Amino acid sequence: MDLDHQTLVGFAKSWGLFYLIALAIGVLVYALWPSNRARFDRAKNSILDKDDRPGD
Amino acid sequence: MVAALTLAERQSAIAISALVAMCGLAMAIAGSDDLLGAHGVIVLIFGLGCSALVMSRYFAPEPSEERLTRYYDDPIRVGIILSLGWAVVGMFFGVWVAALLAWPDLTFDAPWASFGRLRPVHTSGVIFGFGGNALIATSFHVLQRTTRARLPDQLSPWFVLLGYNLFCAVAASGYLMGVTQSKEYAEPEWYADIWLVVVWVVYFLIYLRTLQRRKEPHIYVANWYYMAFILVVAVLHIVNNLAVPISFGQAKSYSLFSGVQDAMTQWWYGHNAVAFFLTAGFLGMMYYYLPKRAGRPIFSYRLSIISFWGITFMYMWAGSHHLHYTALPQWVQTLGMTFSVVLLVPSWASAGNALATLNGAWDKVRDDATLRFMMVAAVFYGISTFEGSFMAIRAVNSLSHYTDWTVGHVHAGALGWVAMITFGSLYALVPWMWNVERMYSPRLIEVHFWLALAGTIIYVFAMWNSGIIQGLMWRTYNDSGTLAYSFLDSLVAMHPYYIARTVGGLLFLLGALVACYNVWMTIRSAHARLAAGAGEGDRPVPHGAGAALQPGE
Repeated sequence: MDLDHQTLVGFAKSWGLFYLIALAIGVLVYALWPSNRARFDRAKNSILDKDDRPGD
Repeated sequence: MVAALTLAERQSAIAISALVAMCGLAMAIAGSDDLLGAHGVIVLIFGLGCSALVMSRYFAPEPSEERLTRYYDDPIRVGIILSLGWAVVGMFFGVWVAALLAWPDLTFDAPWASFGRLRPVHTSGVIFGFGGNALIATSFHVLQRTTRARLPDQLSPWFVLLGYNLFCAVAASGYLMGVTQSKEYAEPEWYADIWLVVVWVVYFLIYLRTLQRRKEPHIYVANWYYMAFILVVAVLHIVNNLAVPISFGQAKSYSLFSGVQDAMTQWWYGHNAVAFFLTAGFLGMMYYYLPKRAGRPIFSYRLSIISFWGITFMYMWAGSHHLHYTALPQWVQTLGMTFSVVLLVPSWASAGNALATLNGAWDKVRDDATLRFMMVAAVFYGISTFEGSFMAIRAVNSLSHYTDWTVGHVHAGALGWVAMITFGSLYALVPWMWNVERMYSPRLIEVHFWLALAGTIIYVFAMWNSGIIQGLMWRTYNDSGTLAYSFLDSLVAMHPYYIARTVGGLLFLLGALVACYNVWMTIRSAHARLAAGAGEGDRPVPHGAGAALQPGE
């Protein structure tokens, strides 16, 4: 295949769109997935309530 | 510090320092008739100095195993001090170059003091010296606390911190001698670039090795931002600095790219340096220190994840907005413009998330200047990202490009966002690191806050005014269709604003000096307390949310 400027531009303009949309969907699903809520709540509270020692 | 290293680590430290010194010697010999030789001498002295430092305490007793039950904070303490030192140097040069624009005679006829040589000392000094050291220091702190794991060893953090500062010193001294590859924020020449890659890879490995040993199941979002900062800066740095030196005995090199490709690569680098050095890294700081200081968890953890990926993937495409109306293909310009506008969504999500976290804690913002630093930083982050998206629109850019408006925008971000969040985080971090209840003087933090805010506002308003006047004067035509004003006319119109910006910058520098004094006195009082036997060793006092909430602090 001849990899010239036009080919790259075509690739960037088409697949660039699809992978960014796929990525956005993936991120939204991960962030809003109901069972992840407990994990996130623990994470955001855990920085506040730990003593200043490494865990065991 | 050296006494805390194990014997094996001391030996490795001496070996690495000797290796660095030998590289310096080789550079000094190979580049004896070039500026490279002067840098060789600096590297040689640095390597010898480090090995001498370790050797002077080589026979000190080894640290006990008890150290592994605590976090490793020595490099963080040194990083804080280096960061503040560079802040003063970088901001001093900033005030100097600002004054040069108003009073050009301030070069004192010295070649090294010309505007073109001083300016990169300012930009690298504040971005890499001040900002970079603060990022390294806070990242080691946040990483350990949020993973509840100690840093993997005691040598690699020192390698990263000191190696990075060697890079900064070589860069700044090179600019004054005239060594530069003339790329914005990427001025250092090939040998400094190669060294930074080595340092940066070790930095990333520290992150991975600590995460591997983490005791928390979930990796807290601040670490995502810090990791994006480290990883992307590595990629940007390597690609943009692909160059071939004239010879191994000369400092000068030539880029692998040419023409518009070179410009595009440079601004892909330049804008993502803003995105991942000056934004992602400092957002990591904000997501840890702001909730910690306010004693409240982040408003929406989900939003922080969504905005993380938004920022990470959209910033990559925005760089071409620096090249509107150039030889760059029109569609690439449009792409950069579009992504810059869409970027407003994740940017405001982060700023809004920070401010919503403070909702219900506004009394603390009122009483606590440290928290107020962080609040103002979030506000300026929102303002400057809105301004940035706006200026990236091609039609707006036709007015703003090449004018002082750009300079005003950069400083709204750099002073209002980056420096404010850094000072806020450092004021929160210093008492924890030196085991004292609070900073030496809460009142001086208050003084610093108002100096910094006044300086930022004076600076930004001066540059907004001057930039828009400049832009309008350059595009005003008279009846016969020629330009109404000469370039000199616009220059004369700038003069009062250049004086105002020097004053604004000076206020900001004074604030940084106040911060240095306050931190210095905090450290002294901590040492005095230790000497009086009040504390036992350098054990950290546990600090939960409660300790962060001293009223009136």
